[in-house]
Amino acid sequence: MFGDYSIGDLGSIFVMQGFAGLILFSVYVLMALGLAIIFGQMGVINMAHGEFMILGAYVTWMTSNLFQAYLPSLFSGYFFLAMILAFLASGALGMLVEWVLIRHLYKRPLDTLLATWGLSLMLQQAYRSVFGAREVGVELPQWMLGSLRVTDSIEVPINGVFVMCLTVLITIAVAYVLYMSRWGRQVRAVVQNRIMAGAVGINTEKVDRYTFGLGCGIAGVAGSAFTMIGSTGPTSGQLYIVDTFLVVVFGGAASLLGTIASAFSISQTQSTLEFFMSGSMAKVLTLLAVVGILMLRPQGLFALKVRK
Amino acid sequence: MSDEANKGLLSPLRRKLLMGMAAVPAITMLPRASFAQAPATSAVNTTGLAVTDTEVTVGILHSATGTMAISETGSIQAEKLAIEQINAAGGVLGRKIKFIQEDGASDWPTFAEKAKKLLVNDKVAAIMGCWTSASRKAVLPVVEQYNGMLYYPTFYEGLEQSKNVIYTGQEATQQILAGLNWIAKEKGAKSFFFIGSDYIWPRTSNKIARKHVENVLKGKVVGEEYYALGSTQFNSVINKIKLTKPDVIFTDVVGGSNVAFYKQLKAAGVDLAKQPLLTISVTEDEIDGIGGENIAGAYACMKYFQSLDNANNKAFVSAFKKMWGEKTVIGDVTQAAYLGPWLWKLTVEKAGSFDVDKIAAASPGVEFKGAPEGYVRIHENHHLWSKTRVGRAKLDGQFELIYETADLVEPDPFPKGYQ
Repeated sequence: MFGDYSIGDLGSIFVMQGFAGLILFSVYVLMALGLAIIFGQMGVINMAHGEFMILGAYVTWMTSNLFQAYLPSLFSGYFFLAMILAFLASGALGMLVEWVLIRHLYKRPLDTLLATWGLSLMLQQAYRSVFGAREVGVELPQWMLGSLRVTDSIEVPINGVFVMCLTVLITIAVAYVLYMSRWGRQVRAVVQNRIMAGAVGINTEKVDRYTFGLGCGIAGVAGSAFTMIGSTGPTSGQLYIVDTFLVVVFGGAASLLGTIASAFSISQTQSTLEFFMSGSMAKVLTLLAVVGILMLRPQGLFALKVRK
Repeated sequence: MSDEANKGLLSPLRRKLLMGMAAVPAITMLPRASFAQAPATSAVNTTGLAVTDTEVTVGILHSATGTMAISETGSIQAEKLAIEQINAAGGVLGRKIKFIQEDGASDWPTFAEKAKKLLVNDKVAAIMGCWTSASRKAVLPVVEQYNGMLYYPTFYEGLEQSKNVIYTGQEATQQILAGLNWIAKEKGAKSFFFIGSDYIWPRTSNKIARKHVENVLKGKVVGEEYYALGSTQFNSVINKIKLTKPDVIFTDVVGGSNVAFYKQLKAAGVDLAKQPLLTISVTEDEIDGIGGENIAGAYACMKYFQSLDNANNKAFVSAFKKMWGEKTVIGDVTQAAYLGPWLWKLTVEKAGSFDVDKIAAASPGVEFKGAPEGYVRIHENHHLWSKTRVGRAKLDGQFELIYETADLVEPDPFPKGYQ
């Protein structure tokens, strides 16, 4: 297939293709981080993860409308405020859900699957009733559109760079919070031994609530960022949920590093294959590879070693 | 999910009032007087349909919930508007239309089940409904078994024809061929890159398009790509497009993927003002989600645009907005859904009966002069004669009409040489 193209053409395409892979990688990490925290640290299978993301997207949409109506001069910067609001809204809803629903189910992890699936249906219908069944278009400030022209033939999409930077920042923040802060130590202590953690005076209920809230909040930020690359509608969350679980499970549930490694390998495989064959075939092969590896290594790429 | 029956106006006095209102020149422009003396029920209904001396019941069967609610909401709105207008103009054979709305919930077996319920329990005289091909394929055996009448609004892949279905949208050749001819002539296009969602409609449409490009236009298809429904990452295929530099990108990507595709195309620096793109899957409805700034400059091949400049359409658009809100947009399928109740009414009046067999036989040749898209007529194969139009997307989310075929295009659901 390359016979007709010059070396220069091919070179720049490979650079852009490499970049496409990196963007896909960042998207996967961003999708999966929130779930990795909830599923990995708490063992809760949160099927409503996509709906928490879409809440973030709707918050972004509302913020953009508000700025257009009342503060058009500040429109170019609204996105940063929107992401913060998305974090707060999804985080708050997450904490509420934890308090009402999830905390009664910690001893029955499989039931969380059903409960959160029901929750996801309820949220979808709520979005449909509140925002309408049709998709909404989120208007972006001018500087976030278009691409950076590196050379004549190499162009890098700005929103891709934005998602990458955001992913790096959030990953560092999450790593810091989980592994360096006092609160992170408490979270990990609760994960490893809930009863002992309680016995040494950690308020496990509070830790649970904030952990769930943090995971949902990050989902909200991800949803907010994805308004740049995807659709915002009542059921858009469903578009992400399968890939998200794939990344988290493949990476090994309780490991942040595993999530990143798995996002990297899945995204690079997929984006390379996509270039050589049709998109849906690439997806099939990627999924087959993941299934194969999980059969050999059911615990995922990286697994936390704990005494059972 | 419960029945939402339209109780309508109850007292006879109010009905008289209503009939009086019908004298007001509505948008109808009907070929015959619509409130002649109502014929006896026993004469117009010999098969036990839900027809009384004053009322006739039809079914509306779309997804009001689930993934497809995004698309089907417009169709529901259009059908309700048409029914309301028909009632205001005196109804059908002197009978007011009452509708029962069922929710297919974006689930194909549910569609079949609800269709059966409408036909067997409610004995509806006709069903306006379905949207995706999958839902139509699920409903088709039911309407054939119980001898119902389905008015199906969506443009679709063709390869189907049934006594019990009237297809008010375009089949594939009506939608694709004239558009390809136009862009080949206008832009001198020789090379095409196809990208679609991975299911029957895009695959069949692209197959037809490929045959046409290769055999008729003597051009070349430099790429044909499919992405799973719901895919949100298109950077790789956009790179391939950049590498192959096609004269035209031809797309039939649907749903949430659509939004992702155009946003990423724009972000990758593909300027649609310089790179011609022809889509058969983006209407005004989709642009709402995509955002006008992301798709401005693209060409869409449809039979209807909200911006069409004719008296029928102006009246239709203003009535639609009055009923459903100033901000609502009207896409190709919404207009086709609006035709359903009207064509059924005209056919019933032509046949002088609500009986399905008589309607099926009377359908060919039925004309609707008040259609927002302009004049349409039902073909022997139960599809519509209609024009093909090309529009260019503008920043405000509307299309500017660029080209329309001089004559109505004949529907050809089983095109020879294209299979």
